[in-house]
Amino acid sequence: MTIDRTIAPEFKAINDIKLIKPEQLTLNNGLQVFCFNSGGQELLRLEWIFGNLRFNPEKPLLNQAVSTLITEGTETLTAAQIADRIDFYGAFLQAEYGFDTSQLTLFSLNKHLSSTLPVVKDVLTNAIFPQKEVDTYVRNQQQKLQVSLRKNDVVARRLFNKALHGNTLYGFSPEAEDYQKLQREDMLGHYHEMFRPSNCTLIISGKIEKEALDLIIEMFGENWQLDSNPADISQPEVVAATEHFYYKEKPGALQSAIRIGLPAVNRTHPDFSALQVLNTVLGGYFGSRLMANIREDKGYTYGIGSGISSFKHTGTWFIASEVGADVCRAAIAEVEKEIGLLKTELIPEDELNLVRNYMLGSLLGSLENVFSHADKFKNLYFSGLGYEYYDNYMQTVKTVTAEQLKDLANKYLDSDRFYKVIAGKY
Amino acid sequence: MVNFNRFTLDNGLRVIVHEDNTTPMAVVNILYDVGARDENPEQTGFAHLFEHLMFGGSVNIPVYDEPLQRVGGENNAFTSNDITNYYITLPSANIETAFWLESDRMLNLAFSEKSLEVQRNVVIEEFKQRYLNQPYGDVWLKLRPLVYKTHPYRWATIGEKKEHIADAKIEDVKAFFKKHYNPQNAIMVVGGDVTTEQVKQLAEKWFGQIPAGEKYHRELPQEPEQLEERRATVTGKVPLNDVYIAFQMCGRTDEGYYAAELISDILSRGNSSRLYRSLVKEKQLFSEIHAYITGSLDKGMFVVEGKPLENVTIEAAEAAIWEELERISTELVPADELTKVQNKTESTMVFAEMALLEKAMNLAFFELLGDAGQLNNETKKYLAVTAEEIQRQAKAIFRKNNSSTLVYLAEKPEPEFA
Repeated sequence: MTIDRTIAPEFKAINDIKLIKPEQLTLNNGLQVFCFNSGGQELLRLEWIFGNLRFNPEKPLLNQAVSTLITEGTETLTAAQIADRIDFYGAFLQAEYGFDTSQLTLFSLNKHLSSTLPVVKDVLTNAIFPQKEVDTYVRNQQQKLQVSLRKNDVVARRLFNKALHGNTLYGFSPEAEDYQKLQREDMLGHYHEMFRPSNCTLIISGKIEKEALDLIIEMFGENWQLDSNPADISQPEVVAATEHFYYKEKPGALQSAIRIGLPAVNRTHPDFSALQVLNTVLGGYFGSRLMANIREDKGYTYGIGSGISSFKHTGTWFIASEVGADVCRAAIAEVEKEIGLLKTELIPEDELNLVRNYMLGSLLGSLENVFSHADKFKNLYFSGLGYEYYDNYMQTVKTVTAEQLKDLANKYLDSDRFYKVIAGKY
Repeated sequence: MVNFNRFTLDNGLRVIVHEDNTTPMAVVNILYDVGARDENPEQTGFAHLFEHLMFGGSVNIPVYDEPLQRVGGENNAFTSNDITNYYITLPSANIETAFWLESDRMLNLAFSEKSLEVQRNVVIEEFKQRYLNQPYGDVWLKLRPLVYKTHPYRWATIGEKKEHIADAKIEDVKAFFKKHYNPQNAIMVVGGDVTTEQVKQLAEKWFGQIPAGEKYHRELPQEPEQLEERRATVTGKVPLNDVYIAFQMCGRTDEGYYAAELISDILSRGNSSRLYRSLVKEKQLFSEIHAYITGSLDKGMFVVEGKPLENVTIEAAEAAIWEELERISTELVPADELTKVQNKTESTMVFAEMALLEKAMNLAFFELLGDAGQLNNETKKYLAVTAEEIQRQAKAIFRKNNSSTLVYLAEKPEPEFA
């Protein structure tokens, strides 16, 4: 059998993407629980997600420090005992800080849930932030900060975030002094206001058996105290800086980190899905225009990409790369050229169709297991959106026209609004 | 438990099929049995550079990525000192596109001068980004030649130096392809929403006609036993001192491997681990400390790495590490602690079964080791390790005469104003 290898096999468009929707429970104490049940492996992921408290510029590290140090000791368990208990049962307990929410995540085999859950309960209700652990955190974070500040991409990101988001959780990057200012009393106060059932969403995914769910409801419903005052999770207004250009010179740099971008809309805006298409064309996948031009044609960089970050109170469109120090200006000129082309020329139908298929395939591929379905839900839920968002998204990806994308490029990619940050040599 | 079927084409291509109908996706993972260890010492970094060139078009298909993206697929690849691994994820309805693309580049590449020129630049930028323009980025370029004197593990996958990449010629690229990229040196795993029958038919159709090529017979100089303590000190533009102690250890297929990996878990996995608890939390000597193994197919490395706090001398830091290494070599690990790391390994294996691509990569890797089926015996092997074996391995590894210490000293920088 001879085959003609120059002809690509037939392919099918992706039409139907099914998302698993959760079952919702509201417990008596106000806790919202969402369950994604699947067969398969005997394991669970539980995520307790809390809204961050209002940013206080005088005590800017509190959300971050409290969310990170919550596992470092309770009234009954030391940090070491918490770690021992979790590790012994082959479980994983992660405390993570995010811009809008922070969360505690437990990965556990079902068979060990009755041993691992009480530890989480203790952490969520009785954390004490021992002074010794706070001191260790401060010392180690200060050391790690010194290393981070030697990385050009980190320096560029910090400057960029500050310029676009000012004095907010999104704009803040800690300095060594900020760690010094951490007070245990402040942390305790912050903890008690933030980590309460009415400010919590619990998302369970995996193989949810009845005994497990009963145990969870008993422990985090009936036995988690009802609170009176709601947590203040409002946030100060995001105000971007008037200065649009930042250059941090790093003598001897072999590469320069560049970050170029501007304020954008977030997921709740009707244009967001179409902007995702436009962004994908520009720098959102391996075959994007930025990669094709600046890596694959010019060889200026190992990688370049763009993305739109959707936060609760703002959005940001950014392009990031690390480029050879000697070609920094040339690379920026090419980035600007590519942005300009989106505003002046229609995206060829062939390229647009490729991007449509790529994006739908990518969405389908991102639904690898039940955890990924829960992640999709989080995107919606914390933006105050419903599943119609994904229906609209798929519809937009399939049907948005080159004319509409050109109009959007002109509407959103206003040259005067761009911020440009370079760390390295320019 | 990861189920699979296995067959071999007449040209020697080994194919493994993992049916998983819980997903609408499919993965195609092709492992080529070639890594940086197979390079000429004068042309290091070649296996990795070559991986980049595999995306520069093949004999009948001018560009690789575009047709894949057009059918909703994504792909990537990595090169290690031992293997080069390529993978595609795409909607299963379009699986044939993956066969078309992968078979054409196994058949022959386009060998374009333009592609070579650009990818040389891209890889040199990668070299800068990951190894030269990062604090401590060049550690592996310095540590490997300290641990290995003979074996090609003495250079990193990126290459010994940028010049080796800059000098690569198209003839070298062609010769490398001929030597390593053929059905006999490859293992293909197809996983996801597919059937074995379908994969057999597609494999036959697209790969069946590719000439078998020559089997590459590996004859690498093996690293002799280390007989003396080794040490190097470098000073660089880094903010903090950093200490690396590397030991030679057995290869991936050696019986002792499982105990060695559990030792690294006892020392450094999670917040209950010994080094973290003792040296970061209790004695407060380090801001961070890690222990890990390279898992290499030939003689590997067991590495302990930590950044001492600013008021701690290098001598004190090293002594504290050695104290923990002595302890695990002389005292039997308590039953609870051993059970803990074994439980962790067991649950990690269960979690890994939720990731299709990871399963496919693991099957390919274990087939390379000799039998894909051994993937399902891994957990058992970790659970069978005894406290005595842990002690025996620790004793064998943690000897001064088997150590290579690299001290990375912070050069006090010019004051910098923000």
